[in-house]
Amino acid sequence: MSVDEKTVRRIAHLARIAVTDDEVGPLQGELNAILAFVEQLGTVDVSGVEPMTSVTPMAMKKREDVVTEGGRAADVVANAPETEDNYFLVPKVVE
Amino acid sequence: MAGRRATARGDVNSVNPNELTLAEARDALKAKRLSARELTQAHLDAMAKARVLNAYLLETPDRALQMADASDEKIASGEAGPLEGIPLGIKDLFCTHGVTTTAGSKILQAFEPHYESAVSANLWRDGAVMLGKLNLDEFAMGSSNETSAFGNVVSPWRRRGSDAPLVPGGSSGGSAAAVAAQLCLGATATDTGGSIRQPAAFTGTVGIKPTYGRCSRWGTVAFASSLDQAGPIARTVRDCAILLGSMSGPDPRDTTCADLAVPDFEAAVSRGVKGLTIGIPKEYRVDGMPAEIQKLWDEGAAWLKAAGATLRDISLPHTSYALPAYYIVAPAEASSNLARYDGVRYGLRVPGKDIAGMYENTRAAGFGREVKRRIMIGTYVLSAGYYDAYYVRAQKIRTLIKRDFEAAYADGVDAILTPATPSAAFGIGEKASADPVEMYLNDVFTVTVNMAGLPGIAVPAGLDGQGLPLGLQLIGRPFDEETLFAVAQVIEDSAGRTALPEPWWA
Repeated sequence: MSVDEKTVRRIAHLARIAVTDDEVGPLQGELNAILAFVEQLGTVDVSGVEPMTSVTPMAMKKREDVVTEGGRAADVVANAPETEDNYFLVPKVVE
Repeated sequence: MAGRRATARGDVNSVNPNELTLAEARDALKAKRLSARELTQAHLDAMAKARVLNAYLLETPDRALQMADASDEKIASGEAGPLEGIPLGIKDLFCTHGVTTTAGSKILQAFEPHYESAVSANLWRDGAVMLGKLNLDEFAMGSSNETSAFGNVVSPWRRRGSDAPLVPGGSSGGSAAAVAAQLCLGATATDTGGSIRQPAAFTGTVGIKPTYGRCSRWGTVAFASSLDQAGPIARTVRDCAILLGSMSGPDPRDTTCADLAVPDFEAAVSRGVKGLTIGIPKEYRVDGMPAEIQKLWDEGAAWLKAAGATLRDISLPHTSYALPAYYIVAPAEASSNLARYDGVRYGLRVPGKDIAGMYENTRAAGFGREVKRRIMIGTYVLSAGYYDAYYVRAQKIRTLIKRDFEAAYADGVDAILTPATPSAAFGIGEKASADPVEMYLNDVFTVTVNMAGLPGIAVPAGLDGQGLPLGLQLIGRPFDEETLFAVAQVIEDSAGRTALPEPWWA
């Protein structure tokens, strides 16, 4: 399996990473090198094998549905590039 | 082993405080042969002389001395914790309250967490001192510490007769270099595909990746959530055991952190290996493996046999599929984990013509090449039409890899001995070819362990023909780090303590 330029641009869009025209070619080469490397997995017989969902057998932890912390809005927005009244500010999302 | 300094054990008056092991320093502090402030100052002085190595991204001398003074008070009043006054370096992947945490990336260059990671909080709880934040490959993605946005780490080791700069390994290159160059008594690190064990092997230090779930991942910047695990790098097996004891422990905030009491790892170090069965897996003998490494592996096995262990040839048939499967699973999980870096709530923001443009420009400017490559592979293998063929298949192969180990352990094997790396440390820039896979092959012996969630330790076992360290790896049963420490100690005793590198940088 290998990717063409169009696919590289599509993947970049899905990943929300801008790529310049110059970058597409080298990226395509690198991605194809990795895809060629993983191709060998196609030869393994995986019939009847469950995909691993938990590497160490463990049950999902649960806790009481109560508020145990909060009221730290200043801490939460402290690293925000743009903030006002404890909101995160972003460019207008146009519908 | 040939080397410059044989460490004078415990004699702190005639030896630089930096030359003590962590255990020796702990004893010296307890016996009041030196103060925590003296010990920390000696390390700060060494760090100031070693900046050319670029091991530390950020030095925190004021905080370190403050913490050291507090430790001196605790020692004086008889309230010393297990790590009281011990100066450590922290990989810059662990969030430290009020201290920038960059993950080696421009996208988090100015990020200052308002919380402390579980692992570092445990260390401060036990009295340790923070010297600073250590360099790493960006978002822990790399095997040579050449992908950091803030420059390479230069290994303190050099080939005999050469001054060519070498890599310390990665992603925990700063941690390994700092420990080897005596710029801290131990360091925290993380391991997703080998990022503790490979740099430990390259720098002649000891590094352990515990069982998945032994340490809490809360507050540790995530790369691949089903593979990441924190662990220590230190100069001796005992030092590592001491550090892991403090780093580990249950945490209700991390649902994947096991609710298990922390064993006394330090006590396990002197158990010996009588009656243990050590597996030697034939699939780890790969084509083109240097004769030196095969010889070291054989030597390690002989040492364990001489110490009373039984050797057994075993087969782990799916070994060769671990690396390609890892390069599907890890990037897939990374693409999900790194989606949060969007310029909205923290980190770098680059404006765009609209919000989508902001996301795309921010991530293009903020992420380095290797990170982008892995996010994109991950996005591809999770995308519609490819999810089953790639991601689900890789997760099935993961089950098969784990089953290989389970079968060996069920059959009576206590631990498995393998080489740690396919070569000694290479030169900076040497693997900068167009083929990313060449760099990935560094992890061929280590990724199996993350894929199976098992504990693995790298311990120095000898030097190669050019005077560079080579390490051996031991893989253990789930939550049986104690056996790993016991076996690694026998290797360390048989090999002799690694000679430290000549301090060409000071």
